[in-house]
Amino acid sequence: MMAEAGLAALWFAAALAALQLVMAALGLRAASGGPRASTGSARTEEQDAAAPTTVRAELVEGREHQDVNTEILTAVRPIAIVQGLMIAVAMAMLIGVFLNSDMSVKLVVENSHSAKPWLYKFAGAWGNHEGSMLLWVTILGLAGGAVAILERRLPERTLIATLGAQAGIALGFYAFLLFSSNPFDRISPAPADGLGLNPLLQDPGLAFHPPTLYIGYVGISVAFSFAVGALITRDVGPAFARAMRPWVLGAWIFLTLGITAGSYWAYYELGWGGWWFWDPVENASLMPWLAATALLHSVTVLATRDGLRAWTVMLAVVAFSMSMIGTFLVRSGILTSVHAFAVDPKRGAFILVLLAIYIGGALALFAARVGTVRAGNSFELFSREGALVANNLLLSVILGVVLIGTLYPIVAAGFGVQLSVGAPFFDKTVGPIALILVAVMGAGPLLRWRRDDGQAVAARMMWPIAVACFVAAGLVVFASIGILPLLGLSLAAGLAIASVAPLWGRNLRRTPLFTYGMVVAHLGIAVSLAGMASDSAFTTETLVAARVGEPVKAGPFSVVLDGIKPVVGENYSALEAQLTATRGDQTIVLRPQSRYFANPVTTTNESAIATRWDGQLYTVLGQPDDQGRWQLRLWWKPFVTLIWFGGALIALGGALALLGRWRRAARTARREEDARWAAA
Amino acid sequence: MKAKHQRLTLALLALAAVVAAGLLALSALKDQAAFFYSPSDALRDGPPPGKAVRLGGMVAANSVARAADGVTVHFVVTDGKGTTSVTFAGIVPDLFREKSGVVAEGHFNADRSFTATNLLAKHDEKYMPPEVAGAMHETKTLVR
Repeated sequence: MMAEAGLAALWFAAALAALQLVMAALGLRAASGGPRASTGSARTEEQDAAAPTTVRAELVEGREHQDVNTEILTAVRPIAIVQGLMIAVAMAMLIGVFLNSDMSVKLVVENSHSAKPWLYKFAGAWGNHEGSMLLWVTILGLAGGAVAILERRLPERTLIATLGAQAGIALGFYAFLLFSSNPFDRISPAPADGLGLNPLLQDPGLAFHPPTLYIGYVGISVAFSFAVGALITRDVGPAFARAMRPWVLGAWIFLTLGITAGSYWAYYELGWGGWWFWDPVENASLMPWLAATALLHSVTVLATRDGLRAWTVMLAVVAFSMSMIGTFLVRSGILTSVHAFAVDPKRGAFILVLLAIYIGGALALFAARVGTVRAGNSFELFSREGALVANNLLLSVILGVVLIGTLYPIVAAGFGVQLSVGAPFFDKTVGPIALILVAVMGAGPLLRWRRDDGQAVAARMMWPIAVACFVAAGLVVFASIGILPLLGLSLAAGLAIASVAPLWGRNLRRTPLFTYGMVVAHLGIAVSLAGMASDSAFTTETLVAARVGEPVKAGPFSVVLDGIKPVVGENYSALEAQLTATRGDQTIVLRPQSRYFANPVTTTNESAIATRWDGQLYTVLGQPDDQGRWQLRLWWKPFVTLIWFGGALIALGGALALLGRWRRAARTARREEDARWAAA
Repeated sequence: MKAKHQRLTLALLALAAVVAAGLLALSALKDQAAFFYSPSDALRDGPPPGKAVRLGGMVAANSVARAADGVTVHFVVTDGKGTTSVTFAGIVPDLFREKSGVVAEGHFNADRSFTATNLLAKHDEKYMPPEVAGAMHETKTLVR
């Protein structure tokens, strides 16, 4: 029953999406005869706070043309909310059949097993192609519902156009699910038990990593819908930017978390000691992040200074295209990895068609309407805006390089040439540009809006530059490391100083929360960069065949293999080594395992990692040889944890900015309300 | 600067960024893309020594030998027409075995032997990556 209920809810949600799209289109067509919502006027946020009445005037104007089609337009919001609820029901039903281990459902048979731990039955619902696509549209539907409930600042017409665009995206993915990837298919006769879940996915990370990334992807789709809505109603201006910003920020926070968590997961699960492999699937999540980072910065220029209008809309389109390409790469089966569940080429073609429709449609709309987007405020080259444009350009170059590097092998395979593009390519191309970007990032927040004076900026930049040079000199004298790690460490030190510099001389208690957000996020980049550079410069690797009791050197540690014993886990058996690592009077016991899973038959290496304040000792157990020795692979990675700690700081910075913006918006709204009462 | 001019400048800058990214990527791809070779390809027109490439084929029967240090493995990769001897230091994948498919990442040496930095093998019993299955290899010489 549960599977049928889920399928019914899915169909219902799809029908609602179609209705939402039609209603929005009808409502907008009929309403377009009426007076047009005020096209974004050249206001700034500061002026807004001072003159809240303009916002109210906009609302009143919105109400006037609304009564032409009040019924149609007001229906769109509730439809979006119910659509979100229905798709959530469908997802709940799928989780239900997985928890019950209902072996008459094909998806459960193929991807689950009744003996699996509870958490992996639950998360296993999206540890497969169909389920993960259902999760995608579920988050999309919920986001649409949330926009319908929460968004009160946009002119009604723009909001309806936004919800219409959102329904258009959802409809394509509903069709994809219903016609080519139905998660609720039954199987008859029902087998006694399922085939099990890929052991590499049997990790608590599975419960956390896919939903986080999908929230990020889908959040960008909301930003895209806002951009389409604003283009349709010719309403690209600060109001639109302020409505879009929390969604971009939210999506960006989740993408950051998802990438950081995914990186750490790959780091400890794969047992290769690396934290980023330039795997196409990783790139698929990095590209939307790069675009969202650029969008985040340009949307701020639009909201605060009313500049970069067309640019911001274009970036929203690019960011969404990147998350669509990411979905396509990961879900089409074109790539081979733990992420590529689907192998049916029809599905890949289906997503490719969706991709072409949405990106092509958005670009066509952009081309048709860009003429109506008036040029925003201008600025001098040497200004905060100028630095943000530099940020956008450099991020775009990185994005372009990563995109080409990721797609090139796929295109080449189409011509019958097998090749792979890996770390050497990306390190050589992305590394230097990223370092330039870091340098610009240090200076950007210290520049004034509109125009600034070179000498004053040089004075403000003195300390960061001095610290960077000092660190560089120290490293050259005391350590012999490669040029990229050397520049990375020096720039990280300079950026750390520069990123907190905006707080100097300010009243810390009166500094807005979103300024703290920026400071923390930029500091996070410095911390993460320091971790990356330190890992690549100072990691020591030891690969030995060790006898029991014989000490082995690994960085500053001396490691002894105490013995090997068999252990039994919940659904696997394993050989477990006991290693004792000593450094001075410090003793650590590590237990790396080699695990054997029966469903499906797989062997995996389970690394054991000890975290200390100054780095991680990473140990992997290999095979025995005929002399009774065991292969051990040991890494000492100084300060490697800073990579993910920095990632967490970046996300925290985003969260602070979001909270700060929300509080300011709430305060402005309250003041307006008071003004209205006073007027009445 | 007039607003109109600024807009044009920005559009040109964006265009320049895209072109720069393309040129940078293509120039780097020329020497950084790792091409895929089978042993007979490598014999016919092999890549220069030291260039990062991938070598794919079957591990020849009775060819796997461990060095005395316990971590270095020597084996021979064959595609039925040619063979290449490979050296790899590290922990081999669990499903690495003789008469089974393997992809080695690494570089050729001057004597046409191959030094691998990483081995990819069949992932699990029911799943085999296309790189290893060999279905996409241009050389149709792989023994299967």
